[in-house]
Amino acid sequence: MSTIDATTAVKKATPVGQRREPGLASRIVARTSSGVVQVVLLVVALFWLMPTVGLLVASLRTTTDANASGWWEALTEPAQLTWSNYDELLSNEAITDSLWNTALITVPTTLLVVVVAALAAYAFAWVEFPGRDWVFLLVVGLLVVPIQVGLVPVSRLFGDLGIFGSITGVVLFHTAFGLPFAIFLLRNFFAEIPRELLEAARLDGAGELRLFATVVLPLGGPAVASLGIFQFLWVWNDMLVALVFADSESKPITVALQDQVRQFSSNTDVLAPGAFLSMIIPLLVFFAFQRQFVSGVMAGAVK
Amino acid sequence: MATTTAPGTAAPAAGPPARKRKTVLGAPLWVGLLFLLPALVLLGALVVYPIGYTVWRSLFGANGSDFVWFDNYTEIFTGSDTQTALKNNAVWVVLAPTVTTALGLMFAVLTERIRWATAFKLVIFMPMAISMLAAGIIFRLVYEADPERGVANAVVVGVHDTFSESSAYPKAKPRPKGDLAAQKGGGFTTKATHDAGSPVALPLVGIKPDELSDAQDAKKPSSAGGEGLVGTVWLDFAKGGGGKPGEVDPGEKALKGVKVEAVKDGEVVASARTASDGTFTLDAEGPVQLRLPASNFTTPYNGVDWLGPSLITPAIIGSYVWMWSGFAMVLIAAGLASVPRELLEAARVDGASEWKVFTRITVPLLAPVLAVVLVTLMINVLKVFDLIWIIAPGSSMDDANVLALELYLSSFGGGSNQGVGSAIGVLLLLLVLPVMYLNVRRMRREARR
Repeated sequence: MSTIDATTAVKKATPVGQRREPGLASRIVARTSSGVVQVVLLVVALFWLMPTVGLLVASLRTTTDANASGWWEALTEPAQLTWSNYDELLSNEAITDSLWNTALITVPTTLLVVVVAALAAYAFAWVEFPGRDWVFLLVVGLLVVPIQVGLVPVSRLFGDLGIFGSITGVVLFHTAFGLPFAIFLLRNFFAEIPRELLEAARLDGAGELRLFATVVLPLGGPAVASLGIFQFLWVWNDMLVALVFADSESKPITVALQDQVRQFSSNTDVLAPGAFLSMIIPLLVFFAFQRQFVSGVMAGAVK
Repeated sequence: MATTTAPGTAAPAAGPPARKRKTVLGAPLWVGLLFLLPALVLLGALVVYPIGYTVWRSLFGANGSDFVWFDNYTEIFTGSDTQTALKNNAVWVVLAPTVTTALGLMFAVLTERIRWATAFKLVIFMPMAISMLAAGIIFRLVYEADPERGVANAVVVGVHDTFSESSAYPKAKPRPKGDLAAQKGGGFTTKATHDAGSPVALPLVGIKPDELSDAQDAKKPSSAGGEGLVGTVWLDFAKGGGGKPGEVDPGEKALKGVKVEAVKDGEVVASARTASDGTFTLDAEGPVQLRLPASNFTTPYNGVDWLGPSLITPAIIGSYVWMWSGFAMVLIAAGLASVPRELLEAARVDGASEWKVFTRITVPLLAPVLAVVLVTLMINVLKVFDLIWIIAPGSSMDDANVLALELYLSSFGGGSNQGVGSAIGVLLLLLVLPVMYLNVRRMRREARR
């Protein structure tokens, strides 16, 4: 699967057509245009980084400084930078609790989605039963259902079940709406596993569960990893589902921060460090597993 | 995140689809059902049933018991809130995907020519990893109205002031009862006429001395020069008191860069700007009146009201483009990798310009990928909620409204009409129905192959 550095593959490709030796003029044109491209992309990259850098710097300045001048002032006066906002934030129980809730929602959801989807995907790929293709097509159809459709009915359902406003409810909703994509991705991957491997394991007397755990899951590793990373980030970053289904005890960091936005609108000393705090884990996951993340994202679109 | 599949795309991930398999593996039926059970229960209870319930609920009124036929749908197309939402949704669906895809295409093509492509792509793609909430907070800071605080307006004001005359002394005014008097349309003119030979004093007040701490002391021009009409413009205020009004006293600050015009019978006959010591020399003999035109005193340009009612939707779309361009770029770059190099090389050898190669070969070959990106983004855009919820201040929320937001507001946010909320849900579902159909059709075709 092509990933973010698809260009490496491109560079390696050797042109078949024999190219003429370019003349001096065209070489100059090529050089300058390449220079222009470099400059343009450099400007774009800085432009793209600026908002995030702004948030980081703003999170490290006191309210007094923030009210007096823009964050960029701190670039020339690094003495302004201080951890005090973060100290304050981390001693604020509402924030730390909500950060903990985010983890309590994200980790179980990710595991549930991967396990439930992997089981289903195995059945769709390798177990013969009547109507299988139709059920799978139904799952494919559910791929694009907007989560908004589920909000009203599921909130009533959870109310009846007594799990409205609990972490369980948030986890179940996320899991259900994550499943179509997860099953789709894994089933396509599992279907590629060479039949001989499965048959060999079967001849060795492996039962269904062992076949699944020792052959299918390990071979499907890359797809499972992509799915896990993708799902983790998706749930960690969610606000809407938690806004509807979580209460004040179970709300994650995103909802806690939006409370702040709605109440005070411009308290940069809480919002900036809070937003950055909520971004740290996603950014670490992204930089550590960018290959898997990118292929997960691409699988969502191309396939 | 959006999940779409569209026809006609080379699939890098999964290979050929499921063929008819025989039950060599011999897994009993109940095993298959057992493996499927958790997924089917969850999907049935929390996705399929809600779809049905939403359709049903959308035909009932606010309290959920009286059957109102299609009144909720009429409400969507006639209510003022929902009409704004529909309009904004249209803007979103057209603008956001096209801009995002165009940028992604540009980046994907241009990065092929640089060595640090991986780093560049990482920077552009990074916003995909963070939450829309965080992106929203980031862009609240960017769009802060005060150019001293919001980077967008700082840039806009900087550019504006570079290209247009900026006034340095917006609050300056002459001493009351002095020679200078206010005139129509701003600016100040001397009541008396002046001749070359005697220096003219044009004292102003109303500026905080702190703002002029870097300025030079004002100087009285020498009248001996005889070269035209001379004079001084300065802040007639000495720190710590003292000094005579209307006279250049030691320690009083010069006002540099002020435009001075000589006016004769209503016509400008000469103009000059004051030097850094506040003096000016006009190429005029007199008798003339002196005028300090209004351009010296206009209030400063304060940038754009990004989060005001008229720009709020484009501004939020800007933040969306920031988040999703990386997605478009990565997909298009992957598509680009499968474009045959020989074709491009051959065209270049034939003397085609880079632009021609791009428009005639690259873009047509990428068309399927571009279509997938566009469709994916369109579906995704329909669901945008967090960005608007966070970036739009309360005063502009109504102007930034979209269907996804209106659904939330009417169902949970005080609107307390889940009938209308459900109807909006059905509408969103109808909008993605074509894509659902394409996905299913494509899977069926692959299954038959």
